[in-house]
Amino acid sequence: MPSPLTEKQTLEIGKSNKRKYMLEKLSARIFLLCALLSVLSLLLIVGFVFYKGSHPFVAEGYSFIDFVFGVDWVPSEGKFGIFPMIVASVFATFGALIIGVPIGLFTAIFLAEIAPKSIAKIISPAVQLLAGIPSVLYGVFGLAIIVPFLQNNLGLAKGQSLLAIILVLAIMMLPTIVTVAETAIRAVPKTYREGSLALGASQIGTIFKVVVPAAKSGIMAAIVLGLGRAIGETMAVILVAGNSLIIPTSLTDSVRPLTTNIALEMGYAFGTHQEMLFATGIVLFSFILLLNFVLAKISSKGGN
Amino acid sequence: MRKFKDNLLRGLLWFSAFLTVAVLVTIVGYIFYKGYRLINFDFIFGDYSPAGDGGIWPMIVTTIYTIAISLLIATPIGILAAVYLQEYAKQGRLVKTIRFATESLTGIPSIIYGLFGAVFFVTTLKLGMSIIAASLTLTIIVLPVIIRTTEEALKTVPHSYREGSLALGTTKLQTLYKVILPSAMPGILSGIILSIGRIVGESAAIFLTAGTVAAMPESIFSSARTLTVHSYLVTQESGDIELAAAIGIVLIVIILVLNLSATFISKKLNKADY
Repeated sequence: MPSPLTEKQTLEIGKSNKRKYMLEKLSARIFLLCALLSVLSLLLIVGFVFYKGSHPFVAEGYSFIDFVFGVDWVPSEGKFGIFPMIVASVFATFGALIIGVPIGLFTAIFLAEIAPKSIAKIISPAVQLLAGIPSVLYGVFGLAIIVPFLQNNLGLAKGQSLLAIILVLAIMMLPTIVTVAETAIRAVPKTYREGSLALGASQIGTIFKVVVPAAKSGIMAAIVLGLGRAIGETMAVILVAGNSLIIPTSLTDSVRPLTTNIALEMGYAFGTHQEMLFATGIVLFSFILLLNFVLAKISSKGGN
Repeated sequence: MRKFKDNLLRGLLWFSAFLTVAVLVTIVGYIFYKGYRLINFDFIFGDYSPAGDGGIWPMIVTTIYTIAISLLIATPIGILAAVYLQEYAKQGRLVKTIRFATESLTGIPSIIYGLFGAVFFVTTLKLGMSIIAASLTLTIIVLPVIIRTTEEALKTVPHSYREGSLALGTTKLQTLYKVILPSAMPGILSGIILSIGRIVGESAAIFLTAGTVAAMPESIFSSARTLTVHSYLVTQESGDIELAAAIGIVLIVIILVLNLSATFISKKLNKADY
């Protein structure tokens, strides 16, 4: 029996099918390529920063120990010590965490559990919006209000200080912490609360003994995100830091954290000086990895 | 005793929430109060003048350039990468590596992106301090955002859609762009809008890659300042809080409009689809 299609038609269908299969295969390859681009970007970033930053220690005979623990940063004399900046970064970040985390967390609990619905419905989206406001504006506010306030009330010669950084960073991390923690607390199943209340626990007792522990991993994520925002912040910090190269002995000292050192000097640095700024970047990078690791450890310990 | 403790904690909860709202309202209120007098047609659409009485149009144009270029590159790559991870990849070591890379990129602070951009795009690729160098750096910054939101959107497309389409004899590719991507569109769009917000708010990375020239950019290869960088520089160099606050108002309005349209789009398209 002859085929209903002519030979030519069969051939054409075969050809178009072949093209279709080719296209399928090709597109899968292209999708894979796109996905691999993020791996490539990460490798390029880490590679370039580490290559540039390790060069003075590998090829120019600088000591990494002197770099990390040295107290003098005088690029024109070849002195590169970033210890004061490390101390400033650590103090600023932890200070901001100590103020920002409890307030942010309590606000999140309030919005998710206690607040009347009508109030939460206005405040939650507003706070969410504030998480998206450019961080520079927090710095502008800090310089215009917080710095003069500290200067006048604490009798300082200069209001730009470690304390000013801590306050600006704490305020800046609030919206992030509130938004993420609130989502986590809202995600706790209703039955948990009902069970606890049925056993005779009070509303507050239920919140702190049942709901918050159940939302622990989400709350931890909120803290890590807030922390990431604080430690990497640069431009807002420059405005309120004062940028003196000293090891802070009190909260009112003017300091220069790691990030601001990079931003302030990158514009004109070259040669070894520029490479040392990349090395500063490596220290900042390791610092972030370490903090995330510690927080992950803390949260897993709390679970046992 | 228990009652006392409960009341104390309840009081603390109210107090914290009050404090948070008060602080945030103060910041936004202060910026509007300080800057509103400068806002007028000439301020927004006028050319910059070093004397300080000019407008911010060059910075707005620069900001638009950076948004357009980085999205033009990051959106297709990000969407296709998410399609690969969700629709094509077999779960295994490769996918794990890609996920790890995307997550790590999210955690890198923008100043490190700035360092990288300054040595790779500006120096190695010889683009110089320019809008294009900044946009390419921003592309890497928003890529993880687009990948993650697109993945989330693809996850919400019901499996039956894919099965129904494939059962009609379509190829995987046809199913993808006729069925899956259209139904994931609202989520993808919100992701793109989120990325615009991230680009508008970015400062440190742009500061190190686009430079600080305060003039209308001649092309994407010129150095220029975005709104955020301008706001930083006028505060740092001349202490002109009023001008910085006026730019701040423009930025806050942009972010507000972006957020509202993201909410609107996802609501509207969701209704149309299901």
